[in-house]
Amino acid sequence: MQIAIAQRAGWRKRALSFGFFHGANPIATLRTACSSGYSAEHRARDVSLDVVMHLPDGFLDVRTAALSATAAVAGVSYAVRQTRALEPKRVPMLGLAAAFVFAAQMLNFPIAGGTSGHMIGGVLTAVLLGPAAAVVVMTCVLVVQCLMFADGGLLALGANTFNMAVATTCGGYLVFRGVVRLMPGDRRRATVFAAAFAGWCGTVLGAICCAGQLALSGTVPWLLVFPAMANIHMLIGVGEGLATGLIVAVVLRSRPDLVWEGQCESSRQRGLQVYAWLLALGMAVFVAPFACPWPDGLEHVAERLGFANRAAGPVVQTQLADYQVPFIGSPLLATAIAGVIGTVAAFFAAWVLARILVPALGSASKNAPGGH
Amino acid sequence: MHQGDISGSKTWVHRLPAGIKLGGTLLLVCATAVLPREPHLAYLVPAALVLVLWAASRMSLRFAFKRLLVAELFILGIALLSLLAPEARPVVFSALMKSNLCVAFMLVLVWSTPFHQILMTLRGMRMPSIMVTTIALLYRYLPVLGEESRRMQRALASRTFRKGKRFQWRMLSVIAGQLFIRSANRAERIYMAMCARGWK
Repeated sequence: MQIAIAQRAGWRKRALSFGFFHGANPIATLRTACSSGYSAEHRARDVSLDVVMHLPDGFLDVRTAALSATAAVAGVSYAVRQTRALEPKRVPMLGLAAAFVFAAQMLNFPIAGGTSGHMIGGVLTAVLLGPAAAVVVMTCVLVVQCLMFADGGLLALGANTFNMAVATTCGGYLVFRGVVRLMPGDRRRATVFAAAFAGWCGTVLGAICCAGQLALSGTVPWLLVFPAMANIHMLIGVGEGLATGLIVAVVLRSRPDLVWEGQCESSRQRGLQVYAWLLALGMAVFVAPFACPWPDGLEHVAERLGFANRAAGPVVQTQLADYQVPFIGSPLLATAIAGVIGTVAAFFAAWVLARILVPALGSASKNAPGGH
Repeated sequence: MHQGDISGSKTWVHRLPAGIKLGGTLLLVCATAVLPREPHLAYLVPAALVLVLWAASRMSLRFAFKRLLVAELFILGIALLSLLAPEARPVVFSALMKSNLCVAFMLVLVWSTPFHQILMTLRGMRMPSIMVTTIALLYRYLPVLGEESRRMQRALASRTFRKGKRFQWRMLSVIAGQLFIRSANRAERIYMAMCARGWK
């Protein structure tokens, strides 16, 4: 067993042997570090589920890539500006958190049927460090994955950054803050619950943006890619949410100060709305062009306004008829229904998870139902 | 792996400045992305370039195919989707060609450029200093944290005999949580070491 583990392990033993960090100039150590260090080969070995959201080059056209890169640069530069207010003490924490995210992505969580997946970790980082730091950390992880391991495209780096470092992380964090604020009672339980639910939401949000980018570049029609991406990531998101909740619970149990410190840091930062606006803008650019011709709504409006016999109706209908998925009828409608059911299910599953992971503190009154 | 290999055999591709390689790769990737969707003679140009660069940089086949395989999965997904929509079929061809070519360009870049050179270039391009520091620390401490996580997994495997999915999930998240706590502790020590050496 141990031999098997040692063989699977991807690190060279030499990696440990080089010297202590020269504080003054981190890059100075890199020259010594680069001769040993982590090998690209091992990163390639774990073919895993987040490949679904991690776009390689060749799928996006230049226009979409430029649009999403602009959005990503806006988000990241705002986050960088916010991190200037960070205490200098927390600067190395960002680097270590980035290494942690990278290392955590190498833990393979088993899923049914012999497959395994790993987490993205964006929402987890946002919960532990605050959104601005998390955006910087996730961007750095993506840059290193791209330029050191050729994992994810160079042209698609902007899109990947927007999806995973801005949409997943900030979207998830906004959900987290909202849910924490709504939850009365035990703060630890609320945190675990909100983190698990936000992990699910963030994953689905990122996937929807990714689907929008693929459709906007004309690679795959929206009516196909949106249901596929959304449904797959509603399942993957369960794993992400579960892992996020479990890890936050572990950190809360042994070092609660770390979690509270991160949350204090982020509550002192103003301007959460900026991320919300950016996310909304991104969704508007990538998703709204396709969500507009909502078939039932448009037909309904057309009938009410009395111009059903004009061009609008038939165009939409023929478009839809081409992409009929067998057994499901309209894929958009089915996905929307699945989305609503999934959100409610994820909400309650996260609540149950938090109940299990964080036992009530002492008095029985806190155990009373109605905590959500 | 790639970083070990370049010390042995340096070709002219390896010796090019990292900034030029980075810009050139971006240019080539963009140029490939604007090619038409239908099968077209123009695809021969980037394909020939890939072959020339591949041969010139003496990239190992094993290294390249492993990475290409990961991109193949994505193409498979797109191909499955386009089975449902007949008009999307030509897109499968273009996605197959474009993504493989682009990934091959990226692989030549990664194969022939040590990461610290790329980092210097990024710093020269006035990337925010917090990001440069974060990337440098990430690069430095990645092997350390990986080793730490492996040690914890080994300790876990040698002390426990239960093997169930639910159990594994909890144990893996304990490892990840502990890893975060340890990296936070390490960050504090690093900060003190940095201050002791006159950082800012």
